[in-house]
Amino acid sequence: MKVVVDEEKCVAAGQCVAAAMDVFDQRDDDGIVVLLEENPPPELADDVRNAAAVCPALAIRITD
Amino acid sequence: MAETDTRTEPVVAAPDLEYPGERSGKCPFAPPAELLALHEDGKPVARARIWDGSTPWLVTGHAAQRAVLSDPRVSSDEKQPGFPHPTRAQAENAPHHPLTIFNADGAEHTRIRRTMTSPFTRNRMERLRPEIQRFTDELIDQMLDGPKPVDLVTALSLPLPSLMICALLGVPYEDHEFFQEHAAVANKRFKTADDDRRAMEALGGYLTKLLQQRMEEPAEDVLSDFAGRVTAGELTLPDATLLCMVLLIAGHETSANMITLGTALLLERPDQLERLRTADDPGFLANAVEELLRYLTIPHLGQRRVAREDIEIEGETIRAGEGIIVPLPAGNWDPQAFPEPEKLDLGRPARHHHTFGWGVHQCVGQQLARIELQVVFGTLFRRVPTLRLAVDREALEFKGDSLAYGVHQLTVTW
Repeated sequence: MKVVVDEEKCVAAGQCVAAAMDVFDQRDDDGIVVLLEENPPPELADDVRNAAAVCPALAIRITD
Repeated sequence: MAETDTRTEPVVAAPDLEYPGERSGKCPFAPPAELLALHEDGKPVARARIWDGSTPWLVTGHAAQRAVLSDPRVSSDEKQPGFPHPTRAQAENAPHHPLTIFNADGAEHTRIRRTMTSPFTRNRMERLRPEIQRFTDELIDQMLDGPKPVDLVTALSLPLPSLMICALLGVPYEDHEFFQEHAAVANKRFKTADDDRRAMEALGGYLTKLLQQRMEEPAEDVLSDFAGRVTAGELTLPDATLLCMVLLIAGHETSANMITLGTALLLERPDQLERLRTADDPGFLANAVEELLRYLTIPHLGQRRVAREDIEIEGETIRAGEGIIVPLPAGNWDPQAFPEPEKLDLGRPARHHHTFGWGVHQCVGQQLARIELQVVFGTLFRRVPTLRLAVDREALEFKGDSLAYGVHQLTVTW
């Protein structure tokens, strides 16, 4: 699993951090998404898919 | 005269229903029945007649709501012709409204939004959890020490989010009567344009003064952050005032209604209340809050938009310049997304609800609201296990006339 985030699209809702805090964080000065783990391990796959699904700005893309 | 005689009337589409309807006395927690009927008729996109006689589109399906609210061809600019204003007061005042996160699109919206998001990151909100817990416990202590019955709105629902947003922004809580009163006017559906302007001016003057104080003497709070940006020339003082006003108003009315209405609902569903009281898994509690948010959907008047281009959606063509209303309660009760939506089930997966909106305008303060609700609902029923209504259920007055749905008073005892 490979994760790609689009900082331009991100609206700092924080949904991805709530869904998968080991994979996503937010920048301190504007809340924009920070990708901690570009290739998350399989045990986090469901959380990451959930994070992508609840991102209101559709800023998270997953490729296998 | 000849010109007048040959002029054609604007074409008004036949409406499927009048909007907004009322939540019914039969179940005031549920969305209006005529909205739910659209799901049964398989009409995720319909036409509604609103207060000014116009017939904007009404998007009620969960998937259709996501499509519309994340489509860049759909605008939030309330100054565009065809924009379906929720009230006469807002229609009259719209030309004078400054640019905010609510009415800006695209790059402008992103620019404004990014000045507001840093205080509300998930991790910062998590760090506030102990303080939210402390305020909650203190308010419940005071309630238990005081006379009963008591109105939960004044004892807990309104003070808790007010204390939190005050602490975060650096607004003195002693002024809460002043700003709660003006915020309540701003949230009224049937306000006059003059009342609305007066409330905004009063709050604006108050916050400008606080910002000026922080420019002189900065502290550790959000007002000081904004004051610092004014001093640095990154923001004007009126812009900073407006951002703080949005945060102050949105920061307490919404959570307050959710706490009161959620408590009223749970007191009627003892089986679900028991699951909540006895749950020792924070994951269950977090999801239970999502289900309460879904079920009650307190932002009940519908997000307003206007199409900038022709858009195909669910077999309908929304033409450029046509208004669009997205009633969030309807999406949250779409059986395609939430099977048996009328069933309150605190264990169902509910995180994909639309209570905080969807798309780039999704609520800035949602992570604060979530943690407040997790703490309150996780604490209140454990500490006051015998909590119950002290009046007849029929005596509850539901708030249909406010931008956030709720109950005016919740008299409880234990």
